[in-house]
Amino acid sequence: MKDLLSMRDLNKEEILNFMKIAEKIEKGEIKPDMSKRIAALIFYEPSTRTHFSFATAMKKLGGQTITMRGTASSSVQKGESFADTLQTIAQYSDIIVIRTAIEGSARYAAESVDIPVINAGDGANQHPTQALLDLYSIIKTQGTLENLTIGIVGDLKFGRTVHSLVQALSDFGPKFYFISPSFLKMPEHIKDDLKEKEIEFEELKDIEEKINNMDLMYVTRIQKERFADPEDYEKVKDSYILTKAMLENVKDSFKVLHPLPRVNEISTDVDDTKYAYYFQQAKNGVFMRQAIISILLGGVK
Amino acid sequence: MKQLKVDAIRNGTVIDHITAGKVLKVADILNLQGMDLVMIGMNLASKKLGKKDILKIENRELSGEEVNSIALIAPNASLIIIKDYNVVKKVHLKIPEYIENLIVCPNPKCITSLEEIKSKFQITSGKPVKVRCVYCEKKYSIDEVRIRI
Repeated sequence: MKDLLSMRDLNKEEILNFMKIAEKIEKGEIKPDMSKRIAALIFYEPSTRTHFSFATAMKKLGGQTITMRGTASSSVQKGESFADTLQTIAQYSDIIVIRTAIEGSARYAAESVDIPVINAGDGANQHPTQALLDLYSIIKTQGTLENLTIGIVGDLKFGRTVHSLVQALSDFGPKFYFISPSFLKMPEHIKDDLKEKEIEFEELKDIEEKINNMDLMYVTRIQKERFADPEDYEKVKDSYILTKAMLENVKDSFKVLHPLPRVNEISTDVDDTKYAYYFQQAKNGVFMRQAIISILLGGVK
Repeated sequence: MKQLKVDAIRNGTVIDHITAGKVLKVADILNLQGMDLVMIGMNLASKKLGKKDILKIENRELSGEEVNSIALIAPNASLIIIKDYNVVKKVHLKIPEYIENLIVCPNPKCITSLEEIKSKFQITSGKPVKVRCVYCEKKYSIDEVRIRI
């Protein structure tokens, strides 16, 4: 595997290998050595968490990072093509991590350079490292990825995280509940894929309705800026807030996940319950990104 | 029953069994302006399809790219090469699994809309034809995309 661009490219075996390596790294069973290696972190789109997570992962592997930020970087302003920018950066580094608002840009980057490329989010398309760390969080809390019932809440239309997650889980016989306002529903092309794979899903408007059936709930933020009419936002925003009171009869092993940042969609009174897992999830991200970098750089098999 | 006569062509290409209603789109792809002789038939009776369109072009052979794009629009079409009024070759078109540089991705946020690069599409299903952009991964039915030649 040269690059990590889309969950669509990974088979079940490859997904499980990422889980295995992340676990070994977390437990200290293996210590891949990436000293003398440099990761170029190219973030055309603002991101604190993902950038931090990759930088931490690389440092824990003993490697170093260089960072390029900003939507209109100096070279882009000078009229340099995207491919030329990447080719140049590839001369300085051993691996490229890239986030942009342009869909498919990571794949194009991977075609343009000889070194490995990791997609850290391309518009509304894919965010495979987030999906893999989500899967790692699921396997750690549920003991398996197979046959789980998963509720996904929030902005399902534009959320690349949930698109990647749904694809990532689809090889493992899941049942999905998609919970969102009607105009932020899961896109047709994703639902089409699920139907082709005969994966069961149900679209709900109410966050509480099936919560007691779920093994986990994956909550995402509903962004105010997606609403043309602020009044529409006011109408729906409180319908998608998870509170402690809703957790009264959930399964004992139930967990709440969230890619963060959270605004108000999970009430802070959930934080102290045994069901909250979102901060550990962020920590899992570092182990998973260590695993991804190590695998792509040939540090582990 | 009386049959209207449509002239046979001496040398050239006949595209038969075009999905009814699609012949103008096929003609568009082939950019037929300035051609010697072109005959377009629409909504002709067909045993196989019920109704079909047909296109006859004198003194013209099609490129591989042109054949591929016609297959996308009219997956049942057959291609007949005529020499001296005789059929020298007949091919049933097959939809390719993968197509480069022919389909324009309609997604304005796709890298192919913003950089000068070849588009790449995977054909995900044959009837109706659906395609997926290799870059932005969005899926479209063939009627939603523009085909360039």
